[in-house]
Amino acid sequence: MSSQAEHPWAIDVQNATVHYGPVQALDHATVQLGRGMVCGLVGMNGSGKSTLFKTIMGQIKPDTGSVQINGQDPQQARKKGMIGYVPQNEAVDWDFPISVREVVMTGRYGHMGFTRRPRKADQRAVDEALDRVELTAYAGRQIGQLSGGQKKRAFVARGIAQEASIMLLDEPFAGVDKRSEATITKLLRDVADDGGTVLVSTHDLHALPQLADEAILLMRRVLMHGDPTRVLQPENLAMAFGLDPMKRGGQ
Amino acid sequence: MNLIELLVEPLTYTFMLRALAVTIIAAVLCAILSCWLVLIGWSLMGDAVSHAVLPGVVLAYIVGAPFALGALVFGFLAVALIGGVRDTSRLKEDAAIGIVFTTLFSFGLVLISVTPSQVDLNHIIFGNLLGVSAADLWQVLIIGAITFMILILKRKDFTLYAFDPTHAHALGMNPKLMGAVLLGLLAMTSVVALQAVGVILVVAMLIIPGATAYLLTDRFGTMLVIAPVLAASGGVLGVYVSYYLDASTGGMVVLAQGLIFVAVYLFSPRQGLVASRLAILRRRKALSTAG
Repeated sequence: MSSQAEHPWAIDVQNATVHYGPVQALDHATVQLGRGMVCGLVGMNGSGKSTLFKTIMGQIKPDTGSVQINGQDPQQARKKGMIGYVPQNEAVDWDFPISVREVVMTGRYGHMGFTRRPRKADQRAVDEALDRVELTAYAGRQIGQLSGGQKKRAFVARGIAQEASIMLLDEPFAGVDKRSEATITKLLRDVADDGGTVLVSTHDLHALPQLADEAILLMRRVLMHGDPTRVLQPENLAMAFGLDPMKRGGQ
Repeated sequence: MNLIELLVEPLTYTFMLRALAVTIIAAVLCAILSCWLVLIGWSLMGDAVSHAVLPGVVLAYIVGAPFALGALVFGFLAVALIGGVRDTSRLKEDAAIGIVFTTLFSFGLVLISVTPSQVDLNHIIFGNLLGVSAADLWQVLIIGAITFMILILKRKDFTLYAFDPTHAHALGMNPKLMGAVLLGLLAMTSVVALQAVGVILVVAMLIIPGATAYLLTDRFGTMLVIAPVLAASGGVLGVYVSYYLDASTGGMVVLAQGLIFVAVYLFSPRQGLVASRLAILRRRKALSTAG
């Protein structure tokens, strides 16, 4: 990661506008994230969170603006395995005949040759990643036979094994109990402490200050980007949600 | 006649040896490919492409080009047309698939009906296992070997594509290209399999083995072994039975594979209908005795 340190931003999205047909999903969004931090992405459904992820991943080419990853073209960055991502629950076929260890091993494919035959270093990286997320005992299980929180940790382990410096997580706390949420939060804090950049979309606003160093309030535009407690001020949330969502059904 | 004689007698005929060779090659190849098709949810796509190659094969016959080339062109044409109709109209994909492949298939039928030929082109439709020529066998061997090599060498990439194409993209791979390669291999495999069971029944060999294996294991690597073994067993069984009953060979091959599926569907240790029903009954009983 030291060679990337010259560039101030791990993720640098400038002025990105994205349309799906006539529908505008992102409106001149600028997002700059440094290293060694967790950033929470907050906004309503349809506010463009997933679109922002796709833009950073390069799955969508924005109509205007640009994306740079560690100062590089996103395709270059992807080839170097800089970007790890944890999919939303609904995006995964949990019946797929693949074990937890095999899922984590797919994080190493960028390090492997033509036939993706794992070497010793790959096996070691997978062992270590599984150990970090405390899933060593579950390595042989079919991926769908894990609990909600364990599933997320398996995919975080994939990013760790990949040695990704940027980790993108789309709604990792959906359908996850509080204890697992705390475990995942600690894990993401560790990734950040190791110099990684973590971008997490979440609906759990109460837990945001423990999770994130920064927060982004998204409503197609970036309404606000700063300290989580400031972003969570009722008047700021009202801009994105139209009311104070922390009061509704809060503690 | 004892069992050995029963098994050996048909092998004294060259046409039976060739029939068995083509059956085994086609069954193994289709079975391996079917593991991905079933998991990606491309069963209908397999149906479509395997039918849509017909006009390509007939045209290739007319101009004297390799069947595989015609099949590839029309396989991709079908996929492009399906995508086109789906994306530029309000129709959903299943309707687009149904329209495109039946139209192309009919085009093939019409071409066959107006093409004067020495070989009976109807064999393409129903298969002609007992009339496989040495040249046919070579074509099957070559196409089969190429397709087999690509599938096996790149199997991990294809599996990643089936499981999580977004992650493949995140690693700088090209999921669209991977999908296109799989569809190309599907078209090539159709050429091999139509020699065995004909265009109409190719789809059976492209779906049944993978589906059967999926009900037996939670490991993709194991699926890749179970599917071809069961498919080839069913194929050989089908060829023998058709020999002694003097029944349609292609039909018997698919029938055997289908019956194996039924057996697995019912009696698979974990996924099987009987096992899961028994588990429910046992749980109920445990509850009632506990209460």
